[in-house]
Amino acid sequence: MTTRIDARFAELKKEGRSAFVTFLMAGDPDPATSLDIIKALPKAGADIIEIGMPFTDPMADGPSIQAAGLRALKAGMTLKKTLEMVRGFRKDDNTTPLVLMGYYNPIYIYGVDKFLADAKTAGVDGLILVDLPPEEDDELCIPALKAGLNFIRLATPTTDDKRLPAVLANTSGFVYYVSITGITGAAAADSTVVGDAVARIKRHTKLPVCVGFGIRTPQAARAIAEKANGAVVGTALVDALRDSLDTKGQATTKTVAAVADLVASLAQGVRGAKQAAE
Amino acid sequence: MNPNLPNSFRTGPDERGHFGNFGGRFVAETLMPLILDLEKAYAAAKADPSFQAEMNGYLKDYVGRPSPLYFAERLTEHLGGAKIYLKREELNHTGSHKVNNVLGQIMVARRMGKKRIIAETGAGQHGVATATLCARFGLECVVYMGAVDVARQAPNVFRMEMLGAKVVPVQSGTRTLKDAMNEALRDWVTNVHNTFYCIGTVAGPHPYPMMVRDFQSVIGDETRKQMMEAEGRLPDSLIACIGGGSNAMGLFHPFLDDPSVEIFGVEAAGHGLTQLHAASIAGGRPGVLHGNRTYLLMDADGQIQDAHSISAGLDYPGIGPEHSWLHETGRVTYLSATDDEALAAFMLLSRLEGIPPALESAHAIAKVTELAPKRPKDHLMVVNLSGRGDKDIPQITEILKGKKQ
Repeated sequence: MTTRIDARFAELKKEGRSAFVTFLMAGDPDPATSLDIIKALPKAGADIIEIGMPFTDPMADGPSIQAAGLRALKAGMTLKKTLEMVRGFRKDDNTTPLVLMGYYNPIYIYGVDKFLADAKTAGVDGLILVDLPPEEDDELCIPALKAGLNFIRLATPTTDDKRLPAVLANTSGFVYYVSITGITGAAAADSTVVGDAVARIKRHTKLPVCVGFGIRTPQAARAIAEKANGAVVGTALVDALRDSLDTKGQATTKTVAAVADLVASLAQGVRGAKQAAE
Repeated sequence: MNPNLPNSFRTGPDERGHFGNFGGRFVAETLMPLILDLEKAYAAAKADPSFQAEMNGYLKDYVGRPSPLYFAERLTEHLGGAKIYLKREELNHTGSHKVNNVLGQIMVARRMGKKRIIAETGAGQHGVATATLCARFGLECVVYMGAVDVARQAPNVFRMEMLGAKVVPVQSGTRTLKDAMNEALRDWVTNVHNTFYCIGTVAGPHPYPMMVRDFQSVIGDETRKQMMEAEGRLPDSLIACIGGGSNAMGLFHPFLDDPSVEIFGVEAAGHGLTQLHAASIAGGRPGVLHGNRTYLLMDADGQIQDAHSISAGLDYPGIGPEHSWLHETGRVTYLSATDDEALAAFMLLSRLEGIPPALESAHAIAKVTELAPKRPKDHLMVVNLSGRGDKDIPQITEILKGKKQ
């Protein structure tokens, strides 16, 4: 089965470059603006779009993404509305891969089977669940794979060679390497260390490896894109969005452009990189 | 009761950390290798007689165990029913049951070579116990505490700092215990190489619920022996308050397979079950948070709701997964007491027995005042006095002042 994610990586391989993966929180700062932002992302240079599913208790996220989730929830965002947003995006774009990222509880409460069916119909391609390690694969990973969705697993600096096969066993689409032990938006990763880690993961899998956490500038994005099959940027985009809001935290006329402009400049960084070594 | 009852209620969790449908390991990948290491280290410690011997030495001479099982004669006379015994966990060093678990975890941390200990705390009792044992063993200690709790539990904050711990007020979310736990998890994810997370209750990812329960079971084991000595038979009922539920689990666990023993857990009903409260079983449903599946307070979309209790120690929107399982199997009956009922029980025990209970324990006393009068005079009832009320006196003084005005 070829998914939009597989197709996108195949295209990028032909182009000889790595992917630029963007993350933003669904419904931040409000559902309508959020949809406008994700609609603007492919044109600005995003190759793959990750959309956060807001949760009250995001225990692996830093202050920026926590605040984005709370802004979205305050604006009435729900998991159901997140899927509606995906449907809204798919009206005009049937090729850009969309990955939902978040925590398990809202999906568990929505109902796993119903969620997978609704997500697939809406046009979701993959899932990243921060708090579902391979030890809990029966919960969502296996059913997601059966439903035709990619289940993208996080690998981290603490995932050693002994553990990697377990982490990669049911992973599909790509591997998301978390470049630091820490929360989102924390210290920047050293691209040499990241290069070694990507090479180590590639000894265990043929899947593309994308790297995230700590990438904020076009230079950093470029350095990572030279070592990996993709660079993921989240906190920097969320911060740009936040900085465009008015004093009451509402979207302004600058909000969509603030994110799109930063995406364009980061995309240039990624596109300036040589293709990651296979 | 459920017709498909297990042969024993004491064998859980299974090898994946499940109590029936509850428990598990729902954490970020960064933490998984450490959690697996901890599981191994704890299994090795448990099998090592020198670990148990060393622990027993500290429990006796440092903690002050066994804690007495005290016949509350005046409370018994006042209520006019069951014979009420208090398990005096408030007499432990640091003033609550928390020290039993912290001692065990710190000893495991030392075996693992960890030099930095982090903890979360609500009322401050777990934080104080952790700060105390870190001082005793020369370990760095960081305690996360919601900013709201820092304000309402000033004496315990001062104690932790005096003991050399760094207290970090948590400003995110509702600024209470659940946010302190999120922040501790964030610290752990960041400093996983040198840091041991000392969880304060029977919750979190496996093996924590089991490990904390094992360390707290000293309460029930002693109660069993002491009741045999005092009355020549087992108690007829047990009662304990429940936030996460560690003091309750410690008292209950050794009696779970004794069908003659009725067991009651008391959740915090706050302003009432239809208003703001912290009763996860009475007002919640199963969900996944902080590394385990358990009963949680949440909205229709699976977002975690704010918990409220007069007692900062019970102010948590979840409960330990083993309690969720004991609820569903029907082995334990879960009740709840409101803020006002707890406050009245606090005054009652203070006046009748000269023992001000922690506001947490006062929830259990509140239900004793309902249950005991309905039982015969030969009924033996044990209530766990999990902590002492000194820490709550400034807060209670404020509340009483407000009521007079």
